[in-house]
Amino acid sequence: MKRKLSGMLAGAALSALMATSAAAEDLVIFWAEWDPANFLQELVNEYEEETGISVTVETTPWADFQTKAFTEFNARGSAYDMIVGDSQWLGAASEGGHYVDLTDFFKEHNLGEVMAPATVKYYAEYPGNSGKYWAIPAEGDAVGWSYRKDWFEDPAEMEAFKAKYGYDLAPPKTWAELTDIAEFFHRPDEDRYGIAIYTDNSYDAMVMGVENAIFSYGAELGNFETYEVDGYVNSDKAVAALENYKKLYSYTPPGWAKTFFVENNQAITEGLVAMSMNYFAFFPALLNEATNPHAAHTGFFANPAGPDGDQFAALGGQGISVVKYSENQDMAMDFLEWFIKDETQKRWAELGGYTASAAVLESDEFRQATPYNEAFYQTMFKVKDFWAVPEFAELLTSANQRLYPFIVGDEGTAKETLDALAADWEATFKKYGRGQ
Amino acid sequence: MPTNNMTRLDPNSQAASRGLSDLSIRNLFIIPTIAFLIIFNIFPLLYSLGYSFTDFRASTNAPAKFVGLQNYRDLLNDPFIWKNFSITAKYVLISVTGQVVVGFGLAMLLNRAIPAKGLITTLLLLPMMLSMAVVGLFWKLLYDPNFGIINYFLGLGKFEWLADPDMALWAIAIVDIWMWSPFVMLLSLAGLSAVPKHLYEAAEIDRAGNIYTFFRITLPLVAPILMIAIIFRTMEAFKTFDLAYVLSSQPTTELIAIRLYKMAFQEWQTGMSSAFAYIVLIMVVAITNIYVKYLNKVKAR
Repeated sequence: MKRKLSGMLAGAALSALMATSAAAEDLVIFWAEWDPANFLQELVNEYEEETGISVTVETTPWADFQTKAFTEFNARGSAYDMIVGDSQWLGAASEGGHYVDLTDFFKEHNLGEVMAPATVKYYAEYPGNSGKYWAIPAEGDAVGWSYRKDWFEDPAEMEAFKAKYGYDLAPPKTWAELTDIAEFFHRPDEDRYGIAIYTDNSYDAMVMGVENAIFSYGAELGNFETYEVDGYVNSDKAVAALENYKKLYSYTPPGWAKTFFVENNQAITEGLVAMSMNYFAFFPALLNEATNPHAAHTGFFANPAGPDGDQFAALGGQGISVVKYSENQDMAMDFLEWFIKDETQKRWAELGGYTASAAVLESDEFRQATPYNEAFYQTMFKVKDFWAVPEFAELLTSANQRLYPFIVGDEGTAKETLDALAADWEATFKKYGRGQ
Repeated sequence: MPTNNMTRLDPNSQAASRGLSDLSIRNLFIIPTIAFLIIFNIFPLLYSLGYSFTDFRASTNAPAKFVGLQNYRDLLNDPFIWKNFSITAKYVLISVTGQVVVGFGLAMLLNRAIPAKGLITTLLLLPMMLSMAVVGLFWKLLYDPNFGIINYFLGLGKFEWLADPDMALWAIAIVDIWMWSPFVMLLSLAGLSAVPKHLYEAAEIDRAGNIYTFFRITLPLVAPILMIAIIFRTMEAFKTFDLAYVLSSQPTTELIAIRLYKMAFQEWQTGMSSAFAYIVLIMVVAITNIYVKYLNKVKAR
């Protein structure tokens, strides 16, 4: 009898053990493969310590991220409980029924005010101004600039610059200054080049780069409520912006025709360029002596203003959404409750994540934590984004097909390029019956 | 297949002792294959044909709406799609011609008694044993204008192989030629070694020149097997994806397979991309048919 009892106890212990090992794979968050995903894994490890519920951050390279996520969605798969999805997916994922509606959660926790306004507008709400929310702003991000402080502060360079352009060499405040400085440092004979910009025409890389110019020049991609594009994306301001971007391309290193965040960081670490465009999320690597030999001489600035003083930047970053097909939706909601807590958000920022929490962003502690946090803070209150409609990928394809031949291939004029793009986008919106 | 063509089962074999009839053995081998073919080839083929007449998008819950031939009309009227086709045609022409010239040339060189012939042949075959994506990645490094070894050896300075819109397609074709010439070489070698020696002896007795011998004896006799190599390489070049995708994102290198991938898996235009895939399929079948006709003609000679 005793033996039988101990056998039963052993069995019970074993099954309890198995239950915990099953619980060890409790929640899965899907994200792209980059540093912030590693920071998130560190953060959620603390969630496991508190609650015993383990969370795994599963990643895939950026190039496959959209394809892999939507393949899983389309198959109604439950592999991921939550997903840190791109802002432009909101339309496709909400209309496709892949995301859980978080509107009530949002209102209950007053997240519209807890999180920075731009992050709520672009990472969470769809359609625009509808008051319907599909994600919790998780990783705030935008495009900023890094530059070589030692080149900028070299007395000989400063003197030569002042003599040539009539003003002091300093981090640019306007796109005109940015262009001057790029021209000034562009010296192919010395293997030194002016600037690194995005030129990769797959997905949204180059489009994000061009957006920085278009938005700061005071132009828009279109009217996000009526879907009108003619007179917006091909306005005189947008044309001037595109011309400026193309001009910057002539100051890039040789072979700069398929470049995105990896190449643009390399441009700084290899000592190739004076200034480099990139997402803030990639800046931590530039301050690390192990990955950047010029770390001590690398500075940062926010995307400069256009000719009329407008100053905006293209939005990166993502919100975290609950997948409709997850079998652990309740657990996922509990996790989100924890994630939005002030102390969690503060910890998230400490670990290297770019919090979207307004209180943390505004704190002096955050703004002085790194050399780029101040530029990030300033930028996050003036960001704009691409279309978030379900057919955003088609709009991106047209943009790539039109913009790339002009910028890299020197085909046609900026006006012709943007007129053609406006016509393409109009045709796409017409096809999906928008704005009629 | 008529049953009388089948080899009879050896009455003393194990299979026979277990009582398996010829018919059941045949079924055992054929049924899984047929089932596999139907489930993974025929069924998706027909299913996607159905989708090609709808506006279906796999990324939404919206039901597919029948749109007739609209997708085909849109695709064939899209100037960008035609550009993809002409780029692909140019690519196929450059890369297959290059492979035949280089591959056949190598085969001619190897088709004689030279020391370490086996080793040389094996070494020459190495490129085609590599994965396309890996080849693409390391050629990207070789072509790099800042530190690439190609510009260094050729003394081209900062020549932009992949960033130059006109050069990029040639650069990709060169990689394809490097990778697949050995395949043409291998088939050509088989063809060349099958040419009867006495024909060459006869030509020599008649004092025929080298060029005459090549065009009148070597080439006609190797032609059928060379045609097979060309058919294989054309079909492969037509659907090239990984190499071009990894090496370059120039609009001048956007082959149809890349456009199709983007349409299907980035834009999720499932209906439209099914129609596109059918257009490509019809073209490949048509081109292959032309080759096969020609091959039969060559064989009949």
